[in-house]
Amino acid sequence: MSATAPPSGMKGAISAAAPVQRPARPGSSSGSTFRIVSAIVLAVFAVLWLVPSLFALKTSLSDNGTAALGAAEILQDWSPTFYSYATLLGAGDIWNWYLASAITSILTTVLTLLLASMCAFALSRLVFRGRNAVMLLILLGIMIPGQVLVVPTFQMLGWMNLLNTYWAVIFPQVPAVIAVFIFKQFFDGIPRELEEAARIDGAGLWKIYWRVIMPLSRPVIAAVAVLTFVGVWNNLMLPLFVISNPDLMTIPVGLATVQGSFGQRYADIQAGAILAALPLVALYLVFQRQIVEGVTGTGLKG
Amino acid sequence: MTVAAAPRTAAGTSRRGSGRGPWLFLAPFGLFYLAFLLWPTIWMFIASFFHTSTVRAGLGSFAGLDNYTEMFSRSDFWSSLWHTLQFTLYTVPPLVILAFVLAVLTNRLRSGQWFFRLAFFLPFILPSATISLIWVFIFTPGTGLWASVQDLLGPTPAAGMLTDPRTAMIGIAIATVWWTIGFNFVLYLAGLQDIPRELYEAAAVDGASPGQQILRITLPLLNRTTTLVILLQIIASLKIFDQVFLMTAGGPGISTRVSLQLITDTAFTDNRIGAASAASVLLFFIIVAIAVIRQVAESMASRRAGEV
Repeated sequence: MSATAPPSGMKGAISAAAPVQRPARPGSSSGSTFRIVSAIVLAVFAVLWLVPSLFALKTSLSDNGTAALGAAEILQDWSPTFYSYATLLGAGDIWNWYLASAITSILTTVLTLLLASMCAFALSRLVFRGRNAVMLLILLGIMIPGQVLVVPTFQMLGWMNLLNTYWAVIFPQVPAVIAVFIFKQFFDGIPRELEEAARIDGAGLWKIYWRVIMPLSRPVIAAVAVLTFVGVWNNLMLPLFVISNPDLMTIPVGLATVQGSFGQRYADIQAGAILAALPLVALYLVFQRQIVEGVTGTGLKG
Repeated sequence: MTVAAAPRTAAGTSRRGSGRGPWLFLAPFGLFYLAFLLWPTIWMFIASFFHTSTVRAGLGSFAGLDNYTEMFSRSDFWSSLWHTLQFTLYTVPPLVILAFVLAVLTNRLRSGQWFFRLAFFLPFILPSATISLIWVFIFTPGTGLWASVQDLLGPTPAAGMLTDPRTAMIGIAIATVWWTIGFNFVLYLAGLQDIPRELYEAAAVDGASPGQQILRITLPLLNRTTTLVILLQIIASLKIFDQVFLMTAGGPGISTRVSLQLITDTAFTDNRIGAASAASVLLFFIIVAIAVIRQVAESMASRRAGEV
């Protein structure tokens, strides 16, 4: 978790001190030209990157008739309407999908946090025979591409009679080996003196884990929690194949399934796309730092 | 190695935590690991040697290498592998190079970095369903945003991006670059912020131009990040499924059908688990090979970092 941006105060101090250090030099004018050019290039790309989302938002606020005419008509339409959102939220299906996404994302996140941190605690703090073998299994697990296991996973869930239940979406996503790694890395950095006092007081392993280690690990817990939640919410492949009951579908799967029946109702489709992402965008705006740190700290990718 | 070995360790005295304690902490995660990661992997290998199907219970009759020879002789297996590779070739270079350039430029800004971080990273957290619906609409033939921009720039080609077999994969690649560049962007930005500003100041005093600074300081110091980014990117691209399934469903024809789609079609449409498992095993080995290269590269890099 060392990948935080330097506090802006520090940057300010460096740039404020800079003129004193720098003698007049021939390179400085090319430096400022470079800065202007790079600002322009960046601005162009930022616009390119913002346009698709904004265009979807604009379309979702048009009526279906206008949206069907084409991009030019959508952009020239200045009478925003929430009709599409009202239609989708009024139809009811989407609430089932929200519920499924919320339940599966929250339960997977809670289970992953608890089980992965317990596993990491044992690997970081306890000496036992077989520890190296367990470490090796964890290392192997990191290399296993989960998506490629979709066929055998489907079979396992069938034998366990879990197909078409929320558990079919939750259980296969719990053994996120990368979470064990992140926790272990963090636990390894917690000074052992902190738990010695508790040990002398006769605290058991569980108490040390729950009362000493976990409270000190809030930042890493937050990062793993947010990343797991986003990952489960966005998972398409697993729920697509293990859930066929429309009432139990998660929101990406539900949308993907019904988009065909929407036909030319483009405004409704774009509103659906935005509604599926809305909770995550809210989450991102609140937990921006944890998400970015989690990503950079681990190189985690779905 | 397994939970069953637990009672024996009780005899061994360890400094911290003796007896069943450690295993009680490992067992819950271990159970999920065995049931939903290790066992499916092993089962995939076993089933690939049998005529397993979803229609009948059990493994079915022994197939030997039949499933593998079938896959190797099927032209749609090779074409799906080629499409996967094609997607990887289209996406990895822009995702790495553009992310690097954008990160270098953003890092030089004195203020407003948050805005560019938001603009480039936000799409990364969107569900694949959302980005696919957005881009399919943008690529609407004739009247879509993409076609309108093409209209402004010159004559419009007749077919839409996703409905022409020659450009469909390019369309998927464009949507993917837009969607995931934020991941590499923040990895590079983090790497850049670990480089002390004094290095640039010193180089500037010596008269190095910004271009020279990037070539001589930034690039070499970001070697490790670049290796990580490229390998992670290749692995992610080989696992392509969502965007293709949602944007073109493998079409037109099978012109964008990728490996994971061939696997799921064989398993869930043709009900042939055995054949699908053989195809899974082959893709599994390709991806694991890259993952092993990544681990080796990582440990070499950290060893080198340790020596310095």
